[in-house]
Amino acid sequence: MKSWPHSLVLSCAFATLVTLAPTAHAIEFNQLQLGKSSLSFVSKQMNVPVEGQFKSFRSRLAYDPAKPAAAKAELEIDMASIDAGSKDANDEVAGKAWFNTKAFPVAKFVATSVKPLGGNRLEVAGKMTIKGKTLDLSTPITVTQQGNTASFDGSLVLKRADYGIGDGIWADFGTVANEVQIKFRLVATAAAAK
Amino acid sequence: MSSRPAAPNPDNSYTFTAIGLHWLIALAIIGSFALGFYMADLPISPQKLRFYSWHKWAGVTIFLFVVLRLGWRLAHRPPELPAAMPAWQRSVAAATHVLLYLLMVAVPLSGWLMSSAKGFQTVWFGVLPLPDLLAKNEALGDLLQALHRLLNYGMAAIVFAHLGAALKHHFIDRDDVLARMLPFLRNPSGDTR
Repeated sequence: MKSWPHSLVLSCAFATLVTLAPTAHAIEFNQLQLGKSSLSFVSKQMNVPVEGQFKSFRSRLAYDPAKPAAAKAELEIDMASIDAGSKDANDEVAGKAWFNTKAFPVAKFVATSVKPLGGNRLEVAGKMTIKGKTLDLSTPITVTQQGNTASFDGSLVLKRADYGIGDGIWADFGTVANEVQIKFRLVATAAAAK
Repeated sequence: MSSRPAAPNPDNSYTFTAIGLHWLIALAIIGSFALGFYMADLPISPQKLRFYSWHKWAGVTIFLFVVLRLGWRLAHRPPELPAAMPAWQRSVAAATHVLLYLLMVAVPLSGWLMSSAKGFQTVWFGVLPLPDLLAKNEALGDLLQALHRLLNYGMAAIVFAHLGAALKHHFIDRDDVLARMLPFLRNPSGDTR
């Protein structure tokens, strides 16, 4: 007789805990899955869309769906990991006129504010540094959460001239357009809650 | 005057359409070949990107004119060859023409496929994107580049044979084979021999 109410209390408590778990114990997506993430871009050369990507980047992420505004995001891109579409292009863009990869091996984005836009969308604003030049950047991001994994997808347009990418003979936008379409997908899993 | 009754036939000529297409395509092919030969080994630069685009636009344009020309050729019988031409020369001439037509189709096609495999779509005059029939594949791209080059050298060799034969007909055989394609060469006196 004594154990019956006790187990009832326990199971009630357990049920409550399970229901509240996502909010009561913050789930934080912070482990970037590089293999599932991608950072690609499309540049237009003589109006021909040419795809490229960066193969190596790191991200420090901390995203709690219950407190999106408190999210933190930093992205570091290894410029030497670029695939600009061909070997010739890769050699060329490492040069001084383009990314000057030797002097500026890493491009960096640091989020300074995250605003929920409703639904599964966020507006992320921050500082983008490429080739030693830092500019404000803001872009909407779609969050897709599936169990222990969240993916952050977005696309934006960068103007290469803003960062001095493609100087000298390449400065003319008639051959390589100023606008570069960037597409990213960052996939992160949640580490065990603290 | 020839003993052949039909010899000085002023109609023994290609149609103006066939003549126009022949010379238009010939000049375009020579220009594209020269540009392709020149641009391939240039260091990367905006100029090189422009040359590649122009070369590809020209290739698509030539291909369309070749399709038009093939249609015209199938619908219009070409003029007769000189009766004095031996059978083996007729066979060689026929084979050369078939090869030239095949190459006029195959060369631009190989260039298009090569572009797709290398991941650079063809956008005709920077306006009309052609579909990529192949996905990007570096090894296949290199193979198709080698094929495009080989077909071009093959075509250059056959064009030289074609040109040599035309000159031989005009200056050695002194028949009207070249004049059928260049009507102003016909002797104003009407004597084509």
